[in-house]
Amino acid sequence: MTRIEVTVNGVRRDAEVEPRQLLVYFLRETVGLTGTNVGCDTSSCGACTVLLDGESVKSCTLLAVQSDGREVTTIEGMASDGEFHPLQEAFHRNHGLQCGYCTPGMIMAAASFLHENPTPTEEQVREALEGNLCRCTGYQNIVKSILDAAGQMSGVKA
Amino acid sequence: MDVLLPRTLEEALEMKAAKPEALPIAGGTDVMVELNFDLHRPEALIDICRLPELREWKRENGMIFLGAGVTYGRIMRELSELTPLTQASRTVGSPQIRNRGTVGGNLGTGSPAGDALPVLAAYDAEIELASANRARSVRWNEFHVGVKKTALEPDELILGARWRAVRGPGSFSKIGTRNAMVISVAGLCLVMDDDARAVRVALGSVGPTVLRASEAETFVAEELTRSGNWDDPGADLPVDAMGAFAERVAAAARPIDDVRGTAAYRRHACAVLARRALGWALAARREGVGRP
Ligand SMILES: Cc1cc2nc3c(=O)[nH]c(=O)nc-3n(C[C@H](O)[C@H](O)[C@H](O)COP(=O)(O)OP(=O)(O)OC[C@H]3O[C@@H](n4cnc5c(N)ncnc54)[C@H](O)[C@@H]3O)c2cc1C
Ligand code: FES
Ligand code: FES
Repeated sequence: MTRIEVTVNGVRRDAEVEPRQLLVYFLRETVGLTGTNVGCDTSSCGACTVLLDGESVKSCTLLAVQSDGREVTTIEGMASDGEFHPLQEAFHRNHGLQCGYCTPGMIMAAASFLHENPTPTEEQVREALEGNLCRCTGYQNIVKSILDAAGQMSGVKA
Repeated sequence: MDVLLPRTLEEALEMKAAKPEALPIAGGTDVMVELNFDLHRPEALIDICRLPELREWKRENGMIFLGAGVTYGRIMRELSELTPLTQASRTVGSPQIRNRGTVGGNLGTGSPAGDALPVLAAYDAEIELASANRARSVRWNEFHVGVKKTALEPDELILGARWRAVRGPGSFSKIGTRNAMVISVAGLCLVMDDDARAVRVALGSVGPTVLRASEAETFVAEELTRSGNWDDPGADLPVDAMGAFAERVAAAARPIDDVRGTAAYRRHACAVLARRALGWALAARREGVGRP
């Protein structure tokens, strides 16, 4: 077992982890945050996307020990004081999900992207989602949701 | 399985000397997929993603040093003036992969489809290696000695790549089966070196290792000299020169048939990429891009 110290959604955690444990299982099973999904376990689908020091990464192919000393943000860390994050609001408003399996990963990928590019074009949003698969929506409403959220977040009307 | 967590390069090299079988893991975008598929069960991993020495890049004395641990995401943000390297980085996987994946990992995996590799070949890069008791550097073509085979000794780590900064336009382009998250069927990097009056062309995914198209390089440099283009970027090349260049590039490829494409298709793709890359470079020269 290896001792790690990682901040998850603002809360510092000290934990003993198996060196082999993947970050996504640390989050789901040790910390109990089951919002982050696993779809493929080989970096293909993006369902497991979380933020590591603010950048999007796939938690299915990262070891929990590699997050030692870092900050991890999951979908559960997006809302604050009982208020949805603008991305969550926008997905709700624009029907950006059907089954919802890809949604946490989509939102985390979008959060990282909007931080880099707060006023993207539709084309840029589509490019930013190249690592995230959705088998339900056909992406149309996901893109719409992200553009809407970008508008809300940068204070411009979408 | 153990995971060793060194904090400095020195510590990492000592650990590697003591336990040469420990597999380095940087971004893990190649290593972890193999582990999850259970293709590989290393006894130990050595996590090098936080070593500060590998995470730096610098310019000194006309040379560029790119640390093995610099991610594609950082290259795109911090080194955007290195056009071919940035273009290659932009095509790797998806944002999540680019936030983790490193050029050192691309070198370590040594797939002929590694997108950073044709760029290092076209820059004529030296790969810097170190173990606890020695440091050495090998030229890019001595580092990859076969498909996924490198000259790395068991006690060594890759420190990074170093090359002479070039003045002149260049590009990286690749062909794949779709637009996103795709492994190259053929990739090409072209670099024009205005000072040396040379053109360098490297091909990925069309041989056991990355290849340089030396005959095509000499041919086009001579055509540029003959037409006066080195001194006057407005001067046109003879009409058939583009096609002749593309043919020579395609002839340098040593492709095979595989699940991603046939050898014939790959050769054709090389010719198409070559013609486009030369066209872009000539246009950039005409517009004065890449000149002081
Ligand atoms: C979904 C997906 C898409 C991808 N798309 C592309 C693509 O489009 N183009 C492309 O080129 N690649 C692609 N890859 C492959 C991979 O992302 C790249 O090869 C990347 O550069 C690997 O870097 P890494 O830091 O993650 O390497 P790791 O997985 O950490 O390591 C890879 C190998 O290099 C060795 N290694 C790493 N650093 C060092 C060092 N400093 N010294 C000694 N050995 C070292 C490791 O031991 C291992 O053998 C993709 C991978 C995934 C999962
Ligand atoms: S579960 Fe991580 S990318 Fe699919
Ligand atoms: S909403 Fe079902 S996978 Fe995207």
